Amino acid sequence: MNSPAGQPAFISAAKFDTLDLRAALVQSGAGAVVVFEGVVRDHHAGRAVVGLEYSAFEPLAQSGWLQLCDRATREHEISRVVGRHRVGALEIGDCAVWVGVAAAHRSAAFAACEWLIAAIKAELPVWKFERYADGPGAWRHEASPGGPAAAPTMQV
Amino acid sequence: MSVRVLYFARMAEVAGRAQETIAAVPATAAELHALLDKAHDFGFDRGALRVAVNDKLVDWDAPLRDGDEVALIPPVSGG
Repeated sequence: MNSPAGQPAFISAAKFDTLDLRAALVQSGAGAVVVFEGVVRDHHAGRAVVGLEYSAFEPLAQSGWLQLCDRATREHEISRVVGRHRVGALEIGDCAVWVGVAAAHRSAAFAACEWLIAAIKAELPVWKFERYADGPGAWRHEASPGGPAAAPTMQV
Repeated sequence: MSVRVLYFARMAEVAGRAQETIAAVPATAAELHALLDKAHDFGFDRGALRVAVNDKLVDWDAPLRDGDEVALIPPVSGG
């Protein structure tokens, strides 16, 4: 699925193939590929979690993601960025978010990948609903606008 | 004259809907938020929210026009 701008859509209702995403990062000049996979885990704050549901405001998630990619590319010596975030119902062990960065050298790839996942979590309009084993579920709302100091403020 | 308002996550849960149309359009996003918060009592301080008009983040004093789509963005929890 592509966004109107012709960029691959960051938000994905369908399960994505992480090998395909990784393949899009490989280039002859890139000696380092760093990938972060955010995986649905079975607990939060001491409660057993049986699954998650994600929702997103897709137009703003897409434009925000492209801004994060631009900033990461300006501030780090990296050559490619690929990212996806799932929406819909996910089970324990499913990949919820995937961020991959290619660079000539590893230090820039690690730094950019870490910065990107922090910025995604702090900035992009995506929300998780946790389904608990011992009671009704709840939406989580934890990040504040601006997020942690390491994350940018999204400018549109 | 009307605007369409989009709600997400707990705000949609509290409002009991993901969107609604407001026919009596206030002058600014801030005034619209005040009206909606009074109606629904979302439980978020305005300072914790962001607002987008027609898919772009704007300041709360942004003017509203007929046909605008206003998205109220609560604190996020992706990743």
